[in-house]
Amino acid sequence: MKTIYLDNNATTQTAPEILEEIVPYFHEEYGNPSSAYSFGGRVASKIKKAREQVAAFLGAEPEEIVFTSCGTESDNTAVLSALATRNDKRHIVTSRVEHPAIRSLCAHLERKGRRVTEIPVDGEGHLDMERYRRSLTPDTALATLMWANNETGVLFPVEEAARMAREKGILFHTDAVQAVGKIPVRLKDSAIDMLSLSGHKLHAPKGVGVLYVRKGTKFSPFMIGGHQERGRRGGTENTPGIIGLGMACDLAAAKMNEENARVSALRDKLEDGLTRSVPNCRVNGDRASRLPNTSNISFEFVEGEAILLMMDEFGICASSGSACTSGSLQPSHVLRAMGVPFTMAHGSIRFSLSIHNTEEEIDFVLDKVPHIIGRLREMSPFWNAGRRTCAAS
Amino acid sequence: MWEYTDKVKEHFLNPRNAGEIEDASGVGEVGSMACGDALKLCIKVEGDRITDARFQTFGCASAIASASALTEMIKGKTVEEVEKITNQDIADYLGGLPKEKMHCSVLGRQALEKALADYRGIAPKEAEGEIVCECFGVTDREIERAVRENNLATVEEVTGYTKAGGGCEKCHDAIREIIAKTREEARPVAARRLSNIQKMKMIEETIEREIRPSLKHDGGDIELIDVIGDRVLVGTRGACAVCKASEQTLKDFVEAKLRELVWPGLVVEEVNS
Repeated sequence: MKTIYLDNNATTQTAPEILEEIVPYFHEEYGNPSSAYSFGGRVASKIKKAREQVAAFLGAEPEEIVFTSCGTESDNTAVLSALATRNDKRHIVTSRVEHPAIRSLCAHLERKGRRVTEIPVDGEGHLDMERYRRSLTPDTALATLMWANNETGVLFPVEEAARMAREKGILFHTDAVQAVGKIPVRLKDSAIDMLSLSGHKLHAPKGVGVLYVRKGTKFSPFMIGGHQERGRRGGTENTPGIIGLGMACDLAAAKMNEENARVSALRDKLEDGLTRSVPNCRVNGDRASRLPNTSNISFEFVEGEAILLMMDEFGICASSGSACTSGSLQPSHVLRAMGVPFTMAHGSIRFSLSIHNTEEEIDFVLDKVPHIIGRLREMSPFWNAGRRTCAAS
Repeated sequence: MWEYTDKVKEHFLNPRNAGEIEDASGVGEVGSMACGDALKLCIKVEGDRITDARFQTFGCASAIASASALTEMIKGKTVEEVEKITNQDIADYLGGLPKEKMHCSVLGRQALEKALADYRGIAPKEAEGEIVCECFGVTDREIERAVRENNLATVEEVTGYTKAGGGCEKCHDAIREIIAKTREEARPVAARRLSNIQKMKMIEETIEREIRPSLKHDGGDIELIDVIGDRVLVGTRGACAVCKASEQTLKDFVEAKLRELVWPGLVVEEVNS
């Protein structure tokens, strides 16, 4: 059975040309970049190149790039560094819809005595900017907002939010894990102080991330160890991962516009097709202002995990904001924050596409999913509630 | 991804007896869309035997499989026989359910009870007791019953079986009290009359036999320091002494085990030696 992978916000396929390029760094060019001999130095120069590639892609300087192990590490480093370097301030401003890498960390810090303000979003997923502005206080050490939401794809105006923070002397961090590679990012002209990204979301391998730290920003390391990353992140470099991430940035830069036009056309075809052929469904999040690859659709009267497992029978991979999928009993915090009714949130499915998806795959999904929803609805007591035939005697 | 048994998957993908019965003898409806799962069970009774059963489910794979299994279990049986079916029987029929999904089997049992009550013309015992969990509308009676019938000892288990406590978590203390009370009531009277010496001895034995081996497995350890009334004073050692989660371990594991095996009123406290 062919796998139809529509879960690219979870992870992406490592691009074949990247894989080919990095394999020698596992078994041939395996030297430690910190070593004195040229066998290590050769690798160090590759890392230098990757740093330049990432910097160019982000519109930043190479010395502003810190390689980490993942998006979560970058997020944790940014938040903890801001608090450590502004130790007199106790307040963090964030949003209600952040990824757990920020959300759980903030909850943890709140238990440790920090004050956290979570800015709400409206029904379309947009941030309440007025509330955000009012939440920035002299006691605020850091504002951290995601650039693009992982569940709905909705974009936050982080550049504007960063300017507002800077005016008040507050550090600004953005979790751009879902944004980088999908929409243009240019940090040079922005007021963003720190930015997190993750390699495996843009066709680099898993296990590598980046924290961008603007020149002049006070920094306190999270991983304390060797002198790697100029003392900002101890630990031997993930050389194949870093080299792969550099390449991924080049590839994304070259293809972004062209591919995004194609990916968003496929996404729209999928979304329009499903909303047309399946009654009682809705798209979650502002359709006009979101990532080109993401579509979050709620199918009323059915439950998300059941949909996913039936799609799995056809090799279709997606994810759901239903309670059952996550192992908790409440549906996605993002959809709840947007005020999506529970009855809709339980039946939500996120499709996230990539440059590797084809029109044929979308046609296949459009052929199968309406039947799956129909089958589950036939089994649902709410679907036929209008014409109940169960005559209780 | 959940680890479902092949039987759960098979019943989910090929559900038996989905649908409704037009002239049903009894109908039981439980759950709601907001809660994330709901079940409507129709039964047809002829003589004293259930001749047909149909279900409609809104819910995840294990909710659909549990309902499908239930209809297969009750078809052809007498009313008297099916009255004895417990949620554990439904789970067993499916070769087991993940513990977080046991509430799916509870939903099946509740729907069956309602359908039988409806068949007999008795008004179903609606929301008896007081609501403990506001998020999922679960009453103290429902929690007591789940604790009693399934020998539950922790809040996490109660959430897995009844959903109570799975939302805002504000009711966790209340659930802990219900667990302690229910377990104490379920204990034979003789076992509850412990002398101080017996209690200390049992605490010591339980720590040696049931608790320390698990902690040591993770590189940790505890030492019993004293027992004052119902307060069990312990010191943490090894990995536990430096572990940030040790407070949680003492409450959720050490205290829960001692309450289960020795005395439900025990409170574990950490003392720094």
